[in-house]
Amino acid sequence: MQLNLLNKTISASILGAVLATSVAFAPVQADEAADKQKGFDIAARSDRSDNGFTSSEVEAIMTLVNAAGRETTRELSFKTLERENEDVGDKGLTVFSTPRDVKGTALLSHAKILEPDNQWLYLPALKRVKRISSANKSGPFVGSEFAFEDFTSTELNKYEYKYIGEETLDGMKVDVVERFPRYKNSGYTRQVSYIDQDVYQVRKIDFYDRKNALLKTLNFSDYKEYDNGIWRAHTLAMTNHQTNKSTTLTYGEYKFKTGLADKDFVKGVLKRVR
Amino acid sequence: MKKLVSSIALLVATMPVAAGDFELTGSVGFENRLFFEKGALPGQISTYQPSLELEADLRWQSSDQAWDVVVIPYTRLDAKDGERTHFDLREAYVRWTGDEWTVRAGLGKVFWGVAESVHLVDIINQSDSVEDIDNEDKLGQPMLEVSTQRDWGQITAYIMPGFRKRTFPGADGRLRPALLVDNDLALFDEGTDDDNDVDFALRYSHYFGDWDVGLSFFHGANREARFIPNSEATALIPHYDDITQFGVDIQYTKDAWLWKFEALVRDSAFETYAAAVGGFEYTFYGISEAGADLGLLLEFQYDGRSDDPAIAPFTVADNDVFVGARYALNDADDTSILAGIVTDVNDASMSGVIEATKRFGDNWVAEIEGRFFMNVDPDNVAFAFKDDSHVMFRLTRYF
Repeated sequence: MQLNLLNKTISASILGAVLATSVAFAPVQADEAADKQKGFDIAARSDRSDNGFTSSEVEAIMTLVNAAGRETTRELSFKTLERENEDVGDKGLTVFSTPRDVKGTALLSHAKILEPDNQWLYLPALKRVKRISSANKSGPFVGSEFAFEDFTSTELNKYEYKYIGEETLDGMKVDVVERFPRYKNSGYTRQVSYIDQDVYQVRKIDFYDRKNALLKTLNFSDYKEYDNGIWRAHTLAMTNHQTNKSTTLTYGEYKFKTGLADKDFVKGVLKRVR
Repeated sequence: MKKLVSSIALLVATMPVAAGDFELTGSVGFENRLFFEKGALPGQISTYQPSLELEADLRWQSSDQAWDVVVIPYTRLDAKDGERTHFDLREAYVRWTGDEWTVRAGLGKVFWGVAESVHLVDIINQSDSVEDIDNEDKLGQPMLEVSTQRDWGQITAYIMPGFRKRTFPGADGRLRPALLVDNDLALFDEGTDDDNDVDFALRYSHYFGDWDVGLSFFHGANREARFIPNSEATALIPHYDDITQFGVDIQYTKDAWLWKFEALVRDSAFETYAAAVGGFEYTFYGISEAGADLGLLLEFQYDGRSDDPAIAPFTVADNDVFVGARYALNDADDTSILAGIVTDVNDASMSGVIEATKRFGDNWVAEIEGRFFMNVDPDNVAFAFKDDSHVMFRLTRYF
């Protein structure tokens, strides 16, 4: 947090310097810098509306629909530990309870900002904990339309931003902000996010692939404000426009501040989570 | 064994009997092995070996999540080999989890290591080698396990009051030496019964940035046996010698590279030797539109033990190279294929493996596993398996 405020001060003074010294290109550069700053500010306001959730636990059902309309489901649970420093990422633990043959499979991740995340996978049949590579950011997460990075790259500083403008989405006034991945191995050139102006939550993201063609759209709905002032969407629907496949994540009730601590996010716990 | 029983009794006595979560799941597998050649030994199965696998998984967890009980009975019913028909409690334990400490008592299963082609430092559980010869099927090990998790890593101590003898195929079975192994004749350093002997192990495990490190110590009866023919030369007597073993396993994870290394030093009454396996797995991510991955694996295996059966148990992984590929579709059915070949550097004997798996619907999984023995040198220990190349089909229904 501290560091981030510092960054903002620096970019503001750079902006000032640009305005003061280069007269000829000043209007264009100022616009660009202003759009960058405004984009970042909107994204930061949205991201920081989540500050102080401390930890959360939630169960979810993931429904995969192929192009022919065939549905398969998997049940999973997520545990998340917030790390307030925006220069380190949150810690997460994902455990599968169905399909039955992979029941007990668990993924532990320590997110980082620009460095690759640390990830461990637990395979219950062999009782084996495997450190896995996180270079596979654009790969499908358990056969779904979500890529690994769609889950793990939600940190503010993983992107650069650009403000596009205002729009109306489902009767809401939204800010449209483009974001560009700063981390390696992303499958996207850019994402366009739609953030409402009322409670600052992300309502929709369009994903553009490496050829800059529209690949997927993620819609966030069933938002609810919890007692601690934290907002959570309970339905995340990802549609792949290129394959006509889709995946919907339906979340149950979130539980916050359940007493989770760093010790619940070490590789040793993988052998006993269910 | 008595100590274990009393410690389980102690744990159970302090367990809250209040309502918790109870869960019962299970699976039934239909398996058929198809051998390409007739068995070299008289009486051996010629072609088909159908069998049925049944497994249940009972779990109970206290509402405060501090206590859990796991019971996993397993049985295989083999139509052809009576020795392969067997029952085991894969796991049956009570566990208490506190803030920094975890205590578990009962039959447990533990895996150590990082390598793919051979599991060198992994020693807690006995191999259920009648299931398969890859040492990945394990018998439940009686143990009292005490583990502590700290900022500087996890330390686990194992006290193992009972020994499980390795399982071996019967006269009808394939993948066996010419003489049958008779476990009733098994010998230990303490005589014919190991039950009064308690084995002990210790493990440290942690990660440092991109490095995952495990250090291990084991003292007790070797899970591998030396085989000495009886005086009539009608059967092999397994000798489970007492050993002391120090092991290390390291993985370095960087971008798409996984570098893996395991090594051990093992001391028995007859010799002290070192063994190691090391190599890498490199993955090409997203090679298809749908996001399939192709991993390439290369591992070198070295084992310095004596090849005299009077001194050390045999091993095939003494000076070998493993080359393999793993293709994962990353689809909704978790379709994947692993293929590999191990080549002995000394005599060019080869064995190949192929494993493929795919889920159908939510509850069915189909698997194919093939093992192939090629160009096996008469002096190689794998020579006994030279006619045992086979493909196994398995269909499992999960409940």
